[in-house]
Amino acid sequence: MFDDRSPIYLQIAEQIKNDIVTGALAEDEQVMSTNQYAAFYRINPATAAKGFAQLVDEGVLYKKRGIGMFVSPNARDLLRTGRRDSFFADVVDPMIREAKAIGIPLKDILQHIRSYGDA
Amino acid sequence: MTTALTVRTENLSVRFAGVPALDRLDLRLAPGKIHGLLGRNGSGKSTLAAVLAGFRRPDEGRVLIEGGDLGTPQEPYENAVVTSRVCLIRESGDRPEAVSVKQAIALAAALRPYWDADLAGDLLDRFEVPLNKKIQKLSRGKKSALGVVLGLASRAPLTIFDESYLGMDVPSRNLFYDALLADYTEVPRTVVLSTHLVSEVSAMLEEVVILDNGRLVTQSPVDALRGRGASIVGPAAAVDKFTAGFTVLAEERLGGTKSTTVLGDLDPALLAQATAAGLEIGPVGLQDLFVHLTGARS
Repeated sequence: MFDDRSPIYLQIAEQIKNDIVTGALAEDEQVMSTNQYAAFYRINPATAAKGFAQLVDEGVLYKKRGIGMFVSPNARDLLRTGRRDSFFADVVDPMIREAKAIGIPLKDILQHIRSYGDA
Repeated sequence: MTTALTVRTENLSVRFAGVPALDRLDLRLAPGKIHGLLGRNGSGKSTLAAVLAGFRRPDEGRVLIEGGDLGTPQEPYENAVVTSRVCLIRESGDRPEAVSVKQAIALAAALRPYWDADLAGDLLDRFEVPLNKKIQKLSRGKKSALGVVLGLASRAPLTIFDESYLGMDVPSRNLFYDALLADYTEVPRTVVLSTHLVSEVSAMLEEVVILDNGRLVTQSPVDALRGRGASIVGPAAAVDKFTAGFTVLAEERLGGTKSTTVLGDLDPALLAQATAAGLEIGPVGLQDLFVHLTGARS
């Protein structure tokens, strides 16, 4: 589930963000408690708590005292905006570099993209 | 319940026939955390565990246990107040072999101030340890399971498992990990897991102490060690130039290509610089980092 090539609390935060972006976790939906999360993934409860605390700091989750943690109403937009900003640098640019290295003309890529229609 | 204990060692040395097993160790184990005690076979893990539990006296320096209901710092050796609150479970068992499981449980219940009988019963059930069998008749796996049950049900404010679960098969070890996390969450205490199975337990740890040759290699929050190593791969001259200021853990060469493993934080500026120089940077897993940190023999 988690690898130990980067801090686990960051991996936890990433995983929950992913679930929000894909819609697997809805806005205002309650997330697992840190203890449930720790037990489920067999990780240290303090590590899970640190991952969740980071998401609260970033405004992705909010706390209701005595009840638990919930997905912020604007979390999906917030995360999608953030990912859009880095989309070209993180996804498109490496693809173009790879295409150039192996000799795929950009017009072939454009053609392939157009075959998806106007999604 | 806030009974978790703090452990300190000061200049702690233990020698076997003059050969140091622990060499001037200064440590502090924070209360209420799960600590991993990592090291290769013979690194001093078991000796440290035994000294912390008061099973043997240090040759030099001292161990101090404090906090919880102990009040002032106390040394564990020949100190019943401390040792009743410190539970060390070793693979050897340290138990009379001719008694039944039931009798061993009754003895622990009498000696351990925070003993939880319900938990013990539940765990014996789950590990399928037969109550009426003599300990000497148990399989290695069931003996280990009994040790784990005694360690968890003691709810000792300092609980140390010294590779005590190695005799268990994978499903039983997973049962142990789940039971440990569940009960630790319910009753936080200071836990030490001594092991060389780094990858199997690392996600459950909060702090690690790495020993090598009886000396402290590093003590750190485990998440801070993840991603702290990096491998730099590329043309040998460029790799050497880039890694000049770092602590080098390992080097490998294949023709003109070199791979160097370094310890240190690579900030984005350094990463950009490396990419511009045509170098590939990769993360180093905890297990590999552990191997590098404890593998060097000068």
